[in-house]
This record gives sequence, structure tokens and C-alpha cells, in this order.
Amino acid sequence: MKKNKMINLKINNQSVSVPEGSTILQAAQKLNIHIPTLCNHDDLCVAGNCRVCVVEQKGARVLVAACAQPVVEGMEILTNSLKVRNARKHVVELLLSEHRADCTKCYRNQNCELQTLANEYSFGDHIFLDLVGRHEQMIDYASCAIIKDDSKCIRCQRCVRTCSELQKVSAIAVSGKGADMKISTFHDRPISHVVCTNCGQCVNRCPTGALTEKNYIDYVWDAIYDTEKHVVVQTAPAVRVALGEDLGYDPGERVTGKMVTALKQLGFDSVLDTDFSADLTIMEEGTELLTRLKKVLVDKDKDTALPMTTSCSPGWIKFIEHKYPKMLPNVSTCKSPQQMFGELAKTYYAEKKGLNPENIVSVSIMPCTAKKFEANRPEMRDSGYKDVDYVLTTREFAIMIKQAGIDFRTLESSHYDSLMGDSSGAAVIFGATGGVMEAAIRTAYEIVTGKPVPFDNLNITPVRGMEGVKEASLKIEGCKKEWKFLEGVELKTAIAHGLTNANKVMDAVSKGKATYHFIEIMACPGGCIGGGGQPIPTNIDIRQKRIDAIYEEDMSLPIRKSHENPEIIQLYNDFLEKPNSHKAHELLHTHYVERVKY
Amino acid sequence: MYQTNNLVKDLVKKYGRRRDSLMPILQGIVEKHNFLTDDAMVEVATELDISAAEVYGTASFYSFLDTEPRGKYVIRVCKTITCSMKGKHEIIEALEDMLKIKVGETTSNGMFTLLETNCMGWCHKAPAMLINDTPYTELTRGKIIKVIKEYMEK
Repeated sequence: MKKNKMINLKINNQSVSVPEGSTILQAAQKLNIHIPTLCNHDDLCVAGNCRVCVVEQKGARVLVAACAQPVVEGMEILTNSLKVRNARKHVVELLLSEHRADCTKCYRNQNCELQTLANEYSFGDHIFLDLVGRHEQMIDYASCAIIKDDSKCIRCQRCVRTCSELQKVSAIAVSGKGADMKISTFHDRPISHVVCTNCGQCVNRCPTGALTEKNYIDYVWDAIYDTEKHVVVQTAPAVRVALGEDLGYDPGERVTGKMVTALKQLGFDSVLDTDFSADLTIMEEGTELLTRLKKVLVDKDKDTALPMTTSCSPGWIKFIEHKYPKMLPNVSTCKSPQQMFGELAKTYYAEKKGLNPENIVSVSIMPCTAKKFEANRPEMRDSGYKDVDYVLTTREFAIMIKQAGIDFRTLESSHYDSLMGDSSGAAVIFGATGGVMEAAIRTAYEIVTGKPVPFDNLNITPVRGMEGVKEASLKIEGCKKEWKFLEGVELKTAIAHGLTNANKVMDAVSKGKATYHFIEIMACPGGCIGGGGQPIPTNIDIRQKRIDAIYEEDMSLPIRKSHENPEIIQLYNDFLEKPNSHKAHELLHTHYVERVKY
Repeated sequence: MYQTNNLVKDLVKKYGRRRDSLMPILQGIVEKHNFLTDDAMVEVATELDISAAEVYGTASFYSFLDTEPRGKYVIRVCKTITCSMKGKHEIIEALEDMLKIKVGETTSNGMFTLLETNCMGWCHKAPAMLINDTPYTELTRGKIIKVIKEYMEK
């Protein structure tokens, strides 16, 4: 392999060599020299529009943007000259002059990149006129998931690049020009009325408070303080490997036990686990897949759609509803683990505990902003009540812990309560891309053959990893009598994370260029661990650490197959009869709707 | 509002489905209908497999790709310095008197829309205005009355 040519340059009189094509910013990072940035983001293409990263290049007429300028042999760069400092101060001041800086009231207070820069570069009197009130600024509160506040937008366009590059949705784009330039949806419609999937990836990358999740913290406190109410809480798999980041831990630290204790101290009446209903999802979805395979392979039923795709990710669901409505029959009818849990909390759990479901408040803690939308879908009321009352993101949960004055680090670990608190390792890995696939194969293979999957330690490594689209196939051998029709069948699967990758897979499937049986799709990069409700910031290293933690958690659990979860076995014995039973269909399955094209 | 019928499809056939086909397609629609309806923008987005927000973003960048309803004749009066100094204000007044609308509005019969525009390069013959693609220069109140009458009788 041809070795990359190295380029030698000096930054602040220190020599450094970096591969050809690197930027000045990357060369400075190698020397541990900090150059501030705003529009730049590791996950996105170069924009070079905020000018915060300007540096002085000896011999050049003007300052250059370090994030965009490639290195050249012999280049001499100054990152902290008087000229640079003055320019940067002016850039920050100009950005602030158009930013509604009500920092003390802002949701992003103390976790805002503009605020950090203002701390470094702008204090005392402002040198520019405040222009915030000049335009009629629009705040879009209409969505139950995402709030878009143009008065705080500095037009760095990270959100636009996120929505287009990572998600291929482009619900938001740059509109207008000059002073009227803004980030807008199609014809400035509310974000709740356009193709936005509520994935929240823009929220994760917004450097200010212009894009935030709609927070429900006070509603949850009200429910906790209401003595009439029995408040149950469920925690998604990906929360336990990321919550620590908002509480002073390094990325990748597992805080499951402390998290459960914290929830108990916050005052929830019962602390339960979405992992329980993830195991249930595997039972329902795995059975659905096998049934579809039988209908297609044996009964030659032309109305049964294959490949079947997963349905856990509400961002993915809304995406396909907008973009590929003709393929909705391919989506598993299973509700997501969050909604299955909500459903059962107000039926099965209420019955077992002798509670009136009317008095149950069901709260979920999710790595996700789209879950807020999902919980509010009209289809999600099969229990006779709103199945999940409030959805909090990992970030909101961390705020509640801080509000309650809990010293998280010193907490003892504790276990989830029962009922619906037991789970398997197969459920935990739902949080990582490939996890649902792996969990489903662990169970389905065993149902069909009576033997565990032929992989070391049950670790189905071909479905793991950060590649955008993964393909894996598994030959089914030694089937039990009732599954003989699957003997020798090669089960073909695909896994995609991030909607740009999902789009690639669905495009290939819809054009008949790819034949799969089962496809796992997660709307967010890395799966739920990279969800739009997770701690900010995010980048590929952080996401990888969270994934590593997820697989550690899986290995640490005594039960690692969904169908061996004792509470799941009990649930079927006492309440649902069997997977895909009539009752299961009534409560745990749903349908989808076609949505607008803009 | 109007129906695009097969216009978008014809334009797509003519200019292709690439990202850089977007501008001529939008111009083609505006040429025929004077402005872009939401339906037309969505139709273009679907044909080009880009998002409707991107189509709107592009259209909103250009003054001549209107996304709000416009009359059959769009009058654009230059608002830049030279025309201002040479009596643009009086020209606007004359137009408003005659058409019974304000700047930014369209007559109820859908015939005229009155707008302002940036410099068109007619400073030497200021004040100037455009009606659709035709420039009118060295305007006076009298000239306005004559020109608009002609359009009204068309």
C-alpha cells in the first residue's frame, strides 16, 4: 500500500508532520494545541462558515479557517497572535449579537459551545448592536419531541448537515439569504408537520439551545409528588452505558446498579426495565419472522411481505412512513419495547399488583427523542389508557438526579424491582447496532433447532461493528420436526444504522437488488447508544465506548437469551398464553400510516 | 393556485434529475405560473429525490423564484440608492394609487403584484421598474399611468 505523503509544518513554532490532506485543525490537535470551533463536527463534512477557528498563516493576506484549510509543506501557523485573538473576539461577539443569550433560563446552560466561547472571548461591554429583536424570531413549540428556537440559532448548519448526511431526511435546510438566512423546514411549517423523524441527531449536534428536546421533567416530578399515583419507570438498555457521562464519568462507564438506586431515591414507586420488554419483543418478533417465513416458503402466500424489518426504532418507523409507505407491510407489527412495556404496565402489571390502571403513571427513560413522539401516537393506547405517559431522555434524567441533590458516585448498586424487571443479555444489546438481530437469532435459532446458535459464547460477531450496512447469513441445520421447511435455508440478514444507511438498504430492497429475510434498522448512528436523547457531545469514539460497555453488560449477565428470561415465561403462562396469541396481537402489535412527502 | 399537470414531468425530461437540474426546473415553472406552489415544490422534490425543504431553501434564496402567490404581472420597483434619490417613492405611490394595493400585495383579480427589488443596473435611467421581464425606466407618474393602463387592457 502506498504510504500517505507526510506534510511538515509549524504551529506556534512547534514542528509537526501530518498526512497530506489533513487540515490545520487536525495538525494542531496532534500538538495538543486547542483551536476553538463551532460549525465543525467530527461526524460531519467541513463547512467553514462560523469562522471561529481562524488562524494566521505567515505570508497569507487573510486569516484562514483551520477546520477547512489543508496543510501545505513548510506552512507556518499562529493560533494565538494578536490578529487572531482580535478576529476571534469579533466573530464571537457578532455571533452573540444575533443570539438570544438568555443563558440562565436556557436548557443548554453550562453545556453550550457558544457560551463556552463567550466565556473565553467576550466579557464586559458588547461592541456590536444586539440584533436579536430585529427579525421576528420564531420558536416552534408544536412538536411533542423537538423544540426549534430560531432566536438562539447561529446558523452554523450542523443540524442541516446532520439531517442530510447522516439521516438523508433533510427536514431542515438553509432558506433565504443574507440577513434573512435561516434554518427552516419546508415553507417554515412546524417541525411536527414535516418529514422530521424526531431522531434528535440535530439536537445532539446543535452547539447552542436552538434545537432541544421538549422536556417533561416537571410533569414527572408532579406525578411523583402525587400520592394518589403509582409511578412506574422503565429504563432503556442504552441509558445505563451513557448516563454516567452527564454525571462526571468517562464515556463507556456502566452505571446500571447506581442508576436503579437513583431512580428509587427520586421517588418512583417501582423501578423496572425496558430490557424486560426487549426480551418480549424478541419473542413476538422472532415468532412473527418464523410465521412469515412459513407463510412464504410453505403456504406460498403472496400477501406476506418479506424481508421483515424491525420496528423498535420510532425514528425509523416515521422515516419509512414518509419515504417508503409502500413497504410498510414489511415492517414487523410488533410495538417497540417501550410501548410493549407501557401496554403491560397498565394491564398485566396493574392486574398482578391489584392496582387501578387509572392511577398508574408510566414513565420511560430513553436515549431517544423520537420515543416522545411514539408515546404520543394515537395507536399507542391499546391498554385503554395512554400506555406511556411521559418519556424522558437520558439528559433529562441526569438533570433530575442533580435537582434531587443525589451524589451519584457514592450510591450503592441495587436491583430492579419485580414484576417486569428481569432481563437477559440479549435485551441489553438492543442498545447497539446489530443487537436486535443478534438477540433475535439467539432465540429463533434455538426455537427452530433446539440448539444454541453456533457461535462462541453466543456472541454473533458478524452482526456487530460500526460499519454502516452489515450483511450476515446463517445456514439453518438440524431443524426440529415442526420447522423442517427451514432445513438448509440460509437466513439472510442486513443491519443498518443511521437513516442514510437505512435508505440504502431499502432502496436496494425496493428495486429488487437485494434479497434478505430479516433487516434490523436503527435510526441513529451506532444504534440507540447514539440516540438523540443521549449526553452531548457525541462522536464515533464515544459511541464505540458505549457499545463496548453494552457488550460487557451482556457478558456479565447470567441469562443471555430472551426466551430464558423467567419473567417472560411467567408472562406467557399467566397472561398472554403464547407468542403472537390473540391477546398478544391485541396488546403488543400495531399498524402504521402513510405520511406526507415534505 | 394552479395545477402543474405535466409541466414538472416535461421539465424533468428536458433538464434531468440531477441536483443542478433544480434551478432550470424551478425557473421553468415560474416562467409559466409566476410563482411556486407548495404542491409544485413537493412534486419537484419527489422527481429529483431530494427533500422539499431543500427545494424551498433554494427557491427562497432567489428573489425571482417566488414561493408566495403572485399576479399575472409582477411589478418590481428598484429600491436601491440611485432610484430612491430619483423619486422611487413617488413611483410606488403612483402604482399603489392606481392598483389599490400596497407593496407586497396582489390585486384581487390576480392581475398585478407590487414588489420592490434590488438594483437592476438601470441607475443611469433611474427610477426603474420591471414588469415580469420587461424593464421600464426614467419613470414619472404620467408614464406609470400610461404603462399600467396598457397592461390592464391586455
